Amino acid sequence: MTNLLEVNNVSKKFGTFTALNHVSLAVPKGSIFGLLGPNGAGKTTLIRVINQITMPDTGEVFLDGEKLQEKHIKAIGYLPEERGLYKSMKVGEQALYLAQLKGLSKAEAKKRLTYWFDRLEIGDWWNKKIQELSKGMAQKVQFVVTVLHEPKLLIFDEPFSGFDPINANLIKDEILHLRDQGATVIFSTHRMESVEELCDDIALINKSNKILDGKLTEVKRQYKSNTFEVGLRTENSLALEQELADKFSVSKAYFKTLDDELKLNIKLSENHKPNDLLSFLTTKAEVSHFVEVIPSVNDIFIQTVKNNS
Amino acid sequence: MNHLPLIIKREYLNKVRNKAFIIMSILSPVIMIVLVLVVAYLSQINNDKVRVISVLDESGLVQDSFKNSDNTTYNLLSGMSLNDAKKLTEEAEMYGLLHIEQFSKIEDASNHIKFYSEESPSLSLISNIESKLEEAFTAKNLYDKGVNVDMINAARVRINLGQESFAGEKTSKIDSVVKLIFGGAAGYLLFMFIIIYGNMIMRSVIEEKTSRIIEVIISSVKPIQLMLGKIIGTSLAGITQFVIWLILGGILLTVVSVVFGINVQTPQQQMVEQAVATPEINAQVQNIIEAFYHLPIANLIVAFILFFVGGYLLYSSLYAAIGAAVDNETDTQQFMLPIIMPLILAVYIGVFTVIEDPHGTVSTVFSYIPLTSPVVMLMRIPFGVPIWQQLISLVILLATFMFTVWFAAKIYRVGILMYGKKPSYKELIKWIKY
Repeated sequence: MTNLLEVNNVSKKFGTFTALNHVSLAVPKGSIFGLLGPNGAGKTTLIRVINQITMPDTGEVFLDGEKLQEKHIKAIGYLPEERGLYKSMKVGEQALYLAQLKGLSKAEAKKRLTYWFDRLEIGDWWNKKIQELSKGMAQKVQFVVTVLHEPKLLIFDEPFSGFDPINANLIKDEILHLRDQGATVIFSTHRMESVEELCDDIALINKSNKILDGKLTEVKRQYKSNTFEVGLRTENSLALEQELADKFSVSKAYFKTLDDELKLNIKLSENHKPNDLLSFLTTKAEVSHFVEVIPSVNDIFIQTVKNNS
Repeated sequence: MNHLPLIIKREYLNKVRNKAFIIMSILSPVIMIVLVLVVAYLSQINNDKVRVISVLDESGLVQDSFKNSDNTTYNLLSGMSLNDAKKLTEEAEMYGLLHIEQFSKIEDASNHIKFYSEESPSLSLISNIESKLEEAFTAKNLYDKGVNVDMINAARVRINLGQESFAGEKTSKIDSVVKLIFGGAAGYLLFMFIIIYGNMIMRSVIEEKTSRIIEVIISSVKPIQLMLGKIIGTSLAGITQFVIWLILGGILLTVVSVVFGINVQTPQQQMVEQAVATPEINAQVQNIIEAFYHLPIANLIVAFILFFVGGYLLYSSLYAAIGAAVDNETDTQQFMLPIIMPLILAVYIGVFTVIEDPHGTVSTVFSYIPLTSPVVMLMRIPFGVPIWQQLISLVILLATFMFTVWFAAKIYRVGILMYGKKPSYKELIKWIKY
């Protein structure tokens, strides 16, 4: 699979402050790419570089194999985190204006807007002013404006903020639908559960440096520690825990069960196989629970950022 | 992609459709007309009041000098003491009492004349009485010394200095007044335009920041396009408003003067009308019309358009930069001063120095300095400024304008994406390097 977007060695300084330090990324075509990082890490600056709002000091960006240039503005749809609309302008008029700025003709923009407004069931807002709408309603309009010109690359910065769960789900489905139709999505958020759910690839930026990137599954494989979460039913849990602690590296585990059994995380060393552990455990107690611990994006995020600082 | 026309259209329509804008466009001329009516009415009330002044002339020298006029009636008293006269004047609720004692030496007259009144009298009344007395006593003095007053009057010669430039153009004092009025009006118009519509541009930039739409727009168009679109759109709206004011004001003025007839007239107009009636001043009106034709009209119009546009764009790009640098209107104060100062300076120089000496060093220098040149040059041009001077000034203005737009665009580009803290001047300079 080829890459739609390639960021090569991009740096940006604001005065003495370094916002991006030689960052390189590759976003595969047709994927949902999670751009993660703590506040102030440089995500927004990177997104602005991709949008040609900010010019990088060094480095290059390629979109679909071509060096980024003015015509690519039409190929990108951007939903910024700090977003809003003209308060005193009518919804329809405003959407038409923004669509025309992206290079659509007025007639084409109107046709597509009608389609999208019907699709998101906001057709009767056309003549309302933004200040009459709730925040979530305005967000829907904004989403439509972002995707209307059918860009190859969509960049969503915290797309779900301000939505109730029903509408957040609706927007999530729309994002997946757009991906299935061939769009590539860069997705920046602090909500790790949606990264878990949506993203195929991730990159983690901390203090202006990229510290991690790759396929989500690869990253997880890389971060798993050969640890197993086990539930053991036994008469003498203290003795068993002690015995296990002598052989393996053991810590307390927390998960919900019906009985009050012994719950442990057991980390295996290189030369131990999961099966060996399981057969050993079956000789000691009744095994009610045996799961490999796969690190969540949340764990990876916290662990990597902590190690980095 | 050139989105400039689209942005201009949006900015224009957005301003023009705004309720406050529509109300201002319609209401302002109405308010102005009502104001003129009220002032005219009030000054008429004031004029209608007749003052009665009693005169007790014990010297018997000046009684004939006090003739009743529209506003003042003189009540001549005789054969009573000062105290009685005072009491009488006060009881009859007259305005005041002029008392002239009996005296012998006419040079000492001042020491023997007093004006008594309940409240302190107006300056114009006092000087009016003073001049009447001076005239009477001077005439008496001359007569006593055997000088024939009629001969003096007949011998008086009046001079009206004719003026002509080396090139042979005739000018006159009235010419200068007319030039001053035209120059002043042009300069002041520019000043007002910059303040009103510059602020409007600034507010509209701040609005884009506070509504957080800016980043959405900026991902589609270049900041400089947005900034120029804003400036041009707002200016067109401003011109629209000005035209509405002119037309509406004209119509209203006509309607009002037809309905109310002569009542609308201000004292000045009455003066002009009286003046026309007398042949001597009729010639002056002729002079005014002539003076108007003496103006370098073609030059004035072309220069007005060029300097107006140049000066306005220069200032409005600064206003746009300020709007971009701050989050809300209250933070704009510290940046407004450097903009307002040269403007006010320009108007002061225009009003005080250009009148005094339109081609003096101060006037000339300030008509080159770009921040003051539009106003000062517009005020100077009616007095005849060589074309090469105008061109130099214009070139400097344009160069500065381009620099300012570049500078403002830099600040704008960075500023519109900055939220939260109020930047210092130092930070603004730093932004230019980003």
